[in-house]
Amino acid sequence: MTLTLDGVSKLVDGRTHIHPTTLTLQRGSLNVLLGPTLSGKTSLMRLMAGLDRPSSGKVLWDGEDVTGRRVQDRKVAMVYQQFINYPTLSVFENIASPLRLQGLARKEIRRKVEDAAELVKLTPLLQRKPLELSGGQQQRTALARALVKGAELILLDEPLANLDYKLREELRAEIPRLFQEAGAIFVYATTEPHEALLLGGNTATLWEGKVTQFGPTPQVYRQPGDATTASVFSDPPMNFLEFTKSGGHMVYRAEQSSPALGAVGALPDGRYRAGFRANHLTIERPAGEALSFTAQVAITELTGSESFVHLDYGKDRWIALVHGVRAPAVGQAIEVFVDPAHLYFFDEAGGLVATAAYAAAA
Amino acid sequence: MARITLSNLAHSYLPHPKGAEDYALKRIDHAWEDGKAYALLGPSGCGKTTLLNIISGLITPSEGRVLFGERDVTELATEQRNIAQVFQFPVVYDTMTVFDNLAFPLRNRGADAAAVDARVRAVAEMLDLTGSLKRKARGLTADAKQKISLGRGMVREDVAAILFDEPLTVIDPQLKWQLRTQLKALHREFTHTMIYVTHDQTEALTFADEVVVMFDGEVVQIGAPEDLFERPQHTFVGYFIGSPGMNVLPARIEGSVARLGETALPLGRAYDALNTEKVEIGVRPEFASLTGEGDGLPVTIKRIEDVGRHRIVRADFHGQEINVIVTEGASLNAEMTRVRFDPGHVNVYADGWLVEGSAL
Repeated sequence: MTLTLDGVSKLVDGRTHIHPTTLTLQRGSLNVLLGPTLSGKTSLMRLMAGLDRPSSGKVLWDGEDVTGRRVQDRKVAMVYQQFINYPTLSVFENIASPLRLQGLARKEIRRKVEDAAELVKLTPLLQRKPLELSGGQQQRTALARALVKGAELILLDEPLANLDYKLREELRAEIPRLFQEAGAIFVYATTEPHEALLLGGNTATLWEGKVTQFGPTPQVYRQPGDATTASVFSDPPMNFLEFTKSGGHMVYRAEQSSPALGAVGALPDGRYRAGFRANHLTIERPAGEALSFTAQVAITELTGSESFVHLDYGKDRWIALVHGVRAPAVGQAIEVFVDPAHLYFFDEAGGLVATAAYAAAA
Repeated sequence: MARITLSNLAHSYLPHPKGAEDYALKRIDHAWEDGKAYALLGPSGCGKTTLLNIISGLITPSEGRVLFGERDVTELATEQRNIAQVFQFPVVYDTMTVFDNLAFPLRNRGADAAAVDARVRAVAEMLDLTGSLKRKARGLTADAKQKISLGRGMVREDVAAILFDEPLTVIDPQLKWQLRTQLKALHREFTHTMIYVTHDQTEALTFADEVVVMFDGEVVQIGAPEDLFERPQHTFVGYFIGSPGMNVLPARIEGSVARLGETALPLGRAYDALNTEKVEIGVRPEFASLTGEGDGLPVTIKRIEDVGRHRIVRADFHGQEINVIVTEGASLNAEMTRVRFDPGHVNVYADGWLVEGSAL
């Protein structure tokens, strides 16, 4: 079973919400849509579900064109950021509601509801009303209802966004397991790179209505195909350095230059942007060869285990994520380092010209 | 600006509370220093919002007093307390310019035009709002509006305190970095007393000089981020702070050795006999490592999560999960069936509370 979007786009009042998109999702797979607010995650889900009709392109189920088919006639379940349950019905009846609509026998309903409740750890709470539950339990109820329905496509639109940080951690760990057992196609929207990595599966990065890349999650993270994908999939934000390659040197901010180390050596002369993640910018000189920069400390944030050192380098703001408690004085100029193996190289239009050596080797 | 004293404070939403379980906020007795930044951190229902509402004057506590400096404000209404507040959702006047929005609290108190201008420009500069001071707030993005709310909270120099209630919850991760650091820079510059409520550990830890961790109506620990990470006073703090949280495992303690089943693990400190049923050790995943043969706890690896800069290894030790953090690039293979802990970072807990022990 596959779901294919074939050149699907969406225009609303002449404005493009989704650029023509082609994607194929496999049965049993977990697919993360990762992008900031208004990047098109919800619009894309609505097109997948059949809640909206695409302006162009086709939606195919196992090759069959279902573009015009209403959501009621597709086997789709959706879970939203807001906890949506029937407040007057018990948890049991909430979970059972799609099965009653399908006209299943009572025994069958009971069995399915109990199985789903067991999976999402609601067994002792089946007789409660949703408003007597915590936020996490309310969202588990909504998840269980989506699971029992026997849907072939389950869409989760930032389902953990309204939950406490710690509860999110628990449910996030459980969700991939729930998905495996259900065997449907799962699509999960989030704004958080960290959440995409924890969920695993595949990730599609979205930016301004475009899917910029789609593939196995760790691969999209380590081998972004352009600067936009790299930015969308970095938290802290990716650091960028503009430079000119000239002969055997890379020249940045006019006055500074260094020998063209690593992959830079092979690039033709011209203007480029190098990108590197916060955990690869260090304040201690690494053992091997490294590029070094003098940057000004703008502010330091400490978490107790790690420090985020925010740096001003010319007009650019960089973040170094370092272990332990490190708080160089604000305003101080310090030397920071990057191993050239951790640099991604982009051309002026943002296209990837050389991937980071460490990622290519992984 | 003022020191804030919470004197024998407690609150119950019931008219005649009986036992401790009837209190949403159990007894708290503490003074918060003038000019410092505090975060109230805990899960929903822990009492952090109740405490914030008592400080802001939305709730009159059933017991105890609140002092701003020497002034008892316990019975005063919010508008008499001279505080500024920033909420989860931006509160801005759409028809006013960004400048007028920021100027509002100052003009409202009759500040003269030159003072208003200087102050608004200083705050706008730190929030990167200088370029949009003349435009109307209508049509700005949600995060730009929240920036204005933050700026308006900071614009008065003479407030006793600024209270923040989950101000970054609805902001996208990438913009959170920017807003968080701007808020921190504003605090450095203007040194207001700040109280910040959140359930997000990263926000609390990065914002505050001291984090107040709350659970079930009680303050379980007040400390700098490093204390909360290195020496959680209670297993709850160990669990709640850190991602994943601290590993907590039942153990027997014999001097400077912890026994878990057949395995003896060295400890960094020595302990007297603990006369209690529930004895546990707590070790953060950052201080656990995987090895092949040799000493350490025998485990089976259940799952490995690659979160980019490190991997989280979920291992099983006789039905209990042990999480180990392995940095990016470090080797990891199927022969690694033992978990070792860094003895200096193994804490001992009796009935959930940290036991200090003595130096070896």
